[in-house]
Amino acid sequence: MTSAKKNIVDLQHVSIGYQSRKKHTIIASDINVQLHKGTLVCLLGKNGIGKSTLLRSITNVQPVLSGEIYIKGTSIRKFSPAAFSKTISLVLTERLPESNLTVYEIVALGRQPYTNWIGTVTEADKNFIDKALNETNTHHLSDQKINELSDGQLQKVMIARAIAQDTELIILDEPTAHLDIHHKIETFSLLKKLAQEFGKTIIISTHEIQIALQLADELWLMKENSFTAGSTEVLIDNGSLTSLFSSQLITFDKNLKQFIIK
Amino acid sequence: MFLAILLNISLGSVSIPIKDIFNTFLDPASVKTSWRFIILDYRIPKAITAIIVGSGLSVSGLLMQTLFRNPLAGPYVLGISSGASLGVALLVLGTSFFSGSILATIGFNWSIALASSLGAFSVLFAVMIAANKLKNTMSILIIGLMFGSLSSALISVLAYFSSADQLQQYMFWSFGSLGNLSWTEIMVLTGVSFLGFFMVLFIIKPLNSLLLGENYAKSMGVNIQKTRRITLIATSLLTGVITAFSGPIAFVGLAVPHLTKLVFNTSNHKLLLPAVAISGAIIMLICDSIAQLPNSEFTLPINAITSLFGAPIVIWLLIRKRTLS
Repeated sequence: MTSAKKNIVDLQHVSIGYQSRKKHTIIASDINVQLHKGTLVCLLGKNGIGKSTLLRSITNVQPVLSGEIYIKGTSIRKFSPAAFSKTISLVLTERLPESNLTVYEIVALGRQPYTNWIGTVTEADKNFIDKALNETNTHHLSDQKINELSDGQLQKVMIARAIAQDTELIILDEPTAHLDIHHKIETFSLLKKLAQEFGKTIIISTHEIQIALQLADELWLMKENSFTAGSTEVLIDNGSLTSLFSSQLITFDKNLKQFIIK
Repeated sequence: MFLAILLNISLGSVSIPIKDIFNTFLDPASVKTSWRFIILDYRIPKAITAIIVGSGLSVSGLLMQTLFRNPLAGPYVLGISSGASLGVALLVLGTSFFSGSILATIGFNWSIALASSLGAFSVLFAVMIAANKLKNTMSILIIGLMFGSLSSALISVLAYFSSADQLQQYMFWSFGSLGNLSWTEIMVLTGVSFLGFFMVLFIIKPLNSLLLGENYAKSMGVNIQKTRRITLIATSLLTGVITAFSGPIAFVGLAVPHLTKLVFNTSNHKLLLPAVAISGAIIMLICDSIAQLPNSEFTLPINAITSLFGAPIVIWLLIRKRTLS
């Protein structure tokens, strides 16, 4: 298993889907893919294809049907919840429950895996929090309540929280879904910076194909019966992108590097 | 808080000057024996009960609101109080079906406490079994509510078949009362409540991360099942023992957490829990003082007071601040 050790993420013959008492519903099967440290990956595919299921499987929220997922060479089933929370952090699309939390308090929650039983924030923790706030340009929002933030600000704060959690792997489920084009690009650039400068490995599921093509180091394509992974250039050249959507309506233009209506 | 305690002790159907209240402790000989008796064996126990009931119910309410992420949740959403009521109803109203011997042998107060604890804990037990089978926290809330209506229905059936005397006895219990507790009973109440409060200390951290929702909490290493279990047990210890000794006291558990959140403007449980506990105690002391109808012969049911004075305050605060969290 030497190859697994070098890779941050290693999926071997993974089948994902839902398991109930009566039947297995397989969403995708035999996924084999590896990720190196510091890679920004965009997971693309149409709605309902199983992007979220794949991310839930990697984050151990949902068990895989077969195969094995290794994070830093260890099967995710062998991680303790505490160790896992120091390895993977999440940014989700779901709405936060109503609360009076301030931005600073939310980012500070990212330090929970490291704090003591009652959650005392130490000086070292404060440094991580400040760094996370600075990197995301949200320091000026520190004392604001979350219900006073715009969607774009909130998303940056949630990314700051993930940074404060200080994990090698950050997983984001459609982080730019509610944002305008300015904030979408801002968010993606921030993630790109995190991958390049701080060596974070980042997996994003997204529908922003244009941005993904320009910024991602690698693409994971989920289609009806196949899973393809590779660098953006290779996937454009070998025509993998063309079959991403139902081809009767749109097609991928290799020269323009974008999808066009037929 | 000290002022509220003093106010509470000084008011009652017999008026005792504040000077003599201090003298009860400092210079017992100078105070009338009857006054000393009233203060030591009636008013002080009542004040302690008020403090524990107020803070216990308020803390339970806060725990439920965070766990279920629902502003309408209170200590009674799990059906605990309905269970307790059912226990008492079975004892008081059902004595014609069973035998009245339990009442006679261990005394009325204790048998009521026992019946209501048994009722509360059996409902809790049922809810816990359901909770272990269910992943969705919202389903637990609904199951609690269902147990609640089941118990109420059974109580109605029991009430229909009982005599006017028995009904009156049951009604008196359900009005809630802070008085009439002996020192032994207070020891039990305090002991169990402190056990509950102690457990809450260990879930402050996971409760804070639950403010972001269960998925985020889990990603930060929180064991959701364990946190849920501790929260449910702490809540039922607090609510169970309080309901057992002082009846189902309405409103405090739902309203005090909201009042505190609005006043302190925070969601951090490290601050919020002690704040809620203290506010709950103060509000309960004040409500009880009002219920005494100072210097008159009458004592109003505490349940009426908590709702009568508390509800308008919450409505007013909400309209002024326009948010509820």
